[in-house]
Amino acid sequence: MASREPLTRQDVTDVAELALLNLSDDDLDRYTGQLDAVFDLASKLDQFDVSEVPPTSHPFGLVNVFRADSPPSSVGIDGTDDNVRQEALASGPDVEDNQFKVPPALGESP
Amino acid sequence: MSTQSETSTQTDTEPFEESVLPEGWELVVGLEVHAELATETKMFSPAKNEFGGEPNTNIHPVCLGLPGTLPVVNKKAVELSIRVGLALGCTIQRCIWARKNYFYPDMPKDYQISQYDQPLNVDGRLDLPSGSSVGIERAHMEEDTGKSTHIGTSGRIHDAGYSLVDYNRAGVPLIEIVSRPDIRGPEQAKEYVDELRSILVTIGASDGKMEEGSLRVDANVSVRPVGSDELRTRCEVKNVNSLRSLGRAITYEAQRHVDLYNAGDSPRLETRHWDEEDGRTRSGRSKEDAEDYRYFADPDLVPIEPSKEWIDEIRAALPALPRDRRNALLARNADPHAAAMAVARDLDRLALDAIDAGADVDSVLKHVANNLAVDGAETLDPAAFAELVKMETGGALTATQAKQVLAEMVEKGGEPARIAQSHGFEAMDTGELESLVDQVIADNPEEWERFVGGDDKARQKMQGFFTGQIMKATKGQADGKIVNQLLMAKAKS
Amino acid sequence: MSDAQMPTAAEIAADVRTGATTAIDVVERHLALIASSDTEIHAFHTVAEEAARSAAAGVDEAVAAGRDPGPLAGVPVAIKDNMCTRGIPTTCSSKILENWVPPYDATVVTRLREAGAIVIGKTNLDEFAMGSSTENSAFGPTRNPVDPTRVPGGSSGGSAAAVAAGFAPLSLGSDTGGSIRQPAALCGVVGMKPTYGSVSRYGLVAFASSLDQIGPFSTSVAESALAFDVLAGPDGRDSTSIPQPHQPVLPVLGEGVEGLRIGIINELSGRAGGDIAEGFESEVVAQAEAAADALTAAGAKVDEVSIPSAVAGLSAYYMIAPAEASSNLARYDGVRYGLRHDGPNTASMMAASRTAGFGDEVKRRIMVGTYALSAGYYDAFYGKAQRIRTLMITEFDKVYEDFDLLLSPTSPCVAFPFGAKADPITMYYNDVCTIPSNLTGHPAISVPFGTGEAGLPVGVQILGPMLAEGAIYRAAEVLEQAAAKLAGASANEGGQ
Repeated sequence: MASREPLTRQDVTDVAELALLNLSDDDLDRYTGQLDAVFDLASKLDQFDVSEVPPTSHPFGLVNVFRADSPPSSVGIDGTDDNVRQEALASGPDVEDNQFKVPPALGESP
Repeated sequence: MSTQSETSTQTDTEPFEESVLPEGWELVVGLEVHAELATETKMFSPAKNEFGGEPNTNIHPVCLGLPGTLPVVNKKAVELSIRVGLALGCTIQRCIWARKNYFYPDMPKDYQISQYDQPLNVDGRLDLPSGSSVGIERAHMEEDTGKSTHIGTSGRIHDAGYSLVDYNRAGVPLIEIVSRPDIRGPEQAKEYVDELRSILVTIGASDGKMEEGSLRVDANVSVRPVGSDELRTRCEVKNVNSLRSLGRAITYEAQRHVDLYNAGDSPRLETRHWDEEDGRTRSGRSKEDAEDYRYFADPDLVPIEPSKEWIDEIRAALPALPRDRRNALLARNADPHAAAMAVARDLDRLALDAIDAGADVDSVLKHVANNLAVDGAETLDPAAFAELVKMETGGALTATQAKQVLAEMVEKGGEPARIAQSHGFEAMDTGELESLVDQVIADNPEEWERFVGGDDKARQKMQGFFTGQIMKATKGQADGKIVNQLLMAKAKS
Repeated sequence: MSDAQMPTAAEIAADVRTGATTAIDVVERHLALIASSDTEIHAFHTVAEEAARSAAAGVDEAVAAGRDPGPLAGVPVAIKDNMCTRGIPTTCSSKILENWVPPYDATVVTRLREAGAIVIGKTNLDEFAMGSSTENSAFGPTRNPVDPTRVPGGSSGGSAAAVAAGFAPLSLGSDTGGSIRQPAALCGVVGMKPTYGSVSRYGLVAFASSLDQIGPFSTSVAESALAFDVLAGPDGRDSTSIPQPHQPVLPVLGEGVEGLRIGIINELSGRAGGDIAEGFESEVVAQAEAAADALTAAGAKVDEVSIPSAVAGLSAYYMIAPAEASSNLARYDGVRYGLRHDGPNTASMMAASRTAGFGDEVKRRIMVGTYALSAGYYDAFYGKAQRIRTLMITEFDKVYEDFDLLLSPTSPCVAFPFGAKADPITMYYNDVCTIPSNLTGHPAISVPFGTGEAGLPVGVQILGPMLAEGAIYRAAEVLEQAAAKLAGASANEGGQ
């Protein structure tokens, strides 16, 4: 594989925007070098030819793991009781009428 | 019931090849239909899958995406999805779950668990009642999002103010059925959705209620010059909440594309939202460069490998599909339109049984179409229904009488002959009718002269006159056909 | 260290079960030690005093009523603060979850409670388990009880330190790239990373889902096995949980290593072609070799073995783990829980919250992962790493045809001073020996074996194939006994 282009400040700006992180100019300087070093480390993988090797997304070949379509039999243990609801709502940073309150969205859900 | 008439098959469907575009342009539409699966619990969490309810009541740590929670697949949701795949003639294959990453407050994990490059169902086909076919690219499973309600002065999304998020719907199982861009007009699009919905309801996969949002349609719309087979830039039109809106939205969007091309411009790849009130689409998201969903296999879930045995078991339990049901009627020489209607009304079984009991196909389907759009029609005894139709076609009852008897059969049950009798609908004795006809002729000699001696036009007019007089005298009990026969015979003698 | 006078988990359970002592007594003793010593160590974020006392009272009631209080009756357990405990804050050492109280218990916490164990507190970690020194905690680092000027390792530094300091005989850690084994080595305790899927991850706040695994810390191998038997087993709430019933490991302890074939992994042993590899301390390499000798002496057949892809582990790991993390950590957006910093619209609110809530290392990994998954780069980075992973599994499986177990140092170095590895990449190299087991999903343990530079503890790692925990514990026990013997001998020498 051809040698990798180093990461630019613009790359880091784009990636931070995608990840919803705000970076200062200082942050950008620092992260650009640090991130580039990580991708340098990653490029060591190029010494291995794995074009014929399938990817593993899971260490073992488990398949067909299902649950039955029924609510938990023991209310409470599995977190479906009203207390769980109240606890979940109580940990919301801003809750109104049992709903989570957020500033207006820009645009609609994709 | 406006939703009923709007969505039932065919009633408002004109034959397609509608010319909604200017000469020389062709519409190219692919539809993405999201249907909520009719399960008891959510896709990956044991919270209830239920429409309505107080905000944030059907929630559980898993569907709230609380830190540390993990998804586990609802087997019923997979089974229902396989039913959909089978009903659409898809290949059912080994599939994996993928995460679609994007930030949005109604999505608790800020990624949606969906299927990407290895979906459950691929390569199917949907045959429409009017004869065309639409290819199905894929039908994959995913989870629904929650709902945000905007609180502001104008109710518009760009208004200041704030939103309230309810996660009752978050994690509800969905199947997304993606058609190929085979649809050529708004009426065909509506027919496709209607037929698809009918299938989903028939096989128990979804309740298919557009008005409750359990069936949602996005349309990928583009246009091209007639004769070309290129695929031009498409726009995805969202927020289409009824079949009527679907037709309007497609028509609007296609015209917008034509206008752009005609102005030397071209549409850009984007998501647009249908505004029902203004009857137009609006640009939805402008961050086209940020739409990088970073799909990858969800490491919290394992692949699904449906065994042949499992698929066969599901196939064996599948009820007859609308297409097969229509075909059963067509095999008995039914009119296609009327057959589709009978299936849409879910009265095809009744019709088949009545036909097989000797009743006339067209008369049976005429009643199904005109007189049986009522509650309880499905409880009608097919043998009794057949008997009624035979009485009518045999001349023992007039059309009006038959309709009245049928209504009472639906309401109270009972034998048609007895009901007819109780109303005094006994067919009038022909002899009795003949003397009545003689009487009316005798009472109106001038008119009779014009009937016998006049030209066709005059004869027709006078025929109406005499029939009316006789009907009046018999209080509508005379059979119009027989009255005519008698009049003709007397005119010749 | 003050663990000398504290009883082991097995002793506590036995005494509580027979009524020789009470759970409340045990809890009070540990709480007192924590109160007096944890101000220096900072192993805990939260000491769950009241919850622990009330749970202990429950255990004592069960004993009094003649009910079985469970195999860990009255045993205090410290829980890494990335596992959910209902009613007890769970912070992941992050400002973004500073005040979050989960409304549910992790499966491991439920299992511990059902076994009679007492959750005594929540321990410090590198923020979201990202780090190898516990210096990345938003709430300050943990000090190594062996030498408080040095790090305890990480990311489960608080749990390792808690056991090393005697605050609890058992603790739980999570291991994504060595986060149990490396701090165990640096603190001189036993730390085990089970086979992926043998312990439920439900309730473990995810870092990298396909690599994360929960396991125990303890001062002895037997206690580790005792805890593992309680923790392991299928869980319907974790789709990646191994569905077969857990085979208890306690019964095979003491069976020794006679006849076992054990391989020293050349690539990870720190001795490349006879020279000490860069980054490895010579004392550490020497101790691993001494451990091999000890196993040979106990009847094992020990040989060198080469696994070329093992060196690729680090590179593959630092693509896969950040990629999964970038997605797993998206949910911290200020909407439903945790820190919120407001903004004029949703996206700016989310960005402000995330920017204020995450520390440097977490941001770095989120950005690395986001980049590695993005459209143009997926194949070159993430996709490639997943293929390397397949290659490693294949190579390891092949090696396990000839060997029952493998051996390497746990960490290339002993506990280092605070700030010594400020450069992220230098810190990443700490994980070189432990990462392969996470990528393959195989089990591995770190056992203390002698000392290195400045008399600091050295850990030796034993690796095995899937579900080979029994054999791993047998070998670990042999090393534990050999280490004690060697320490006794050198103490005698020193005394003469």
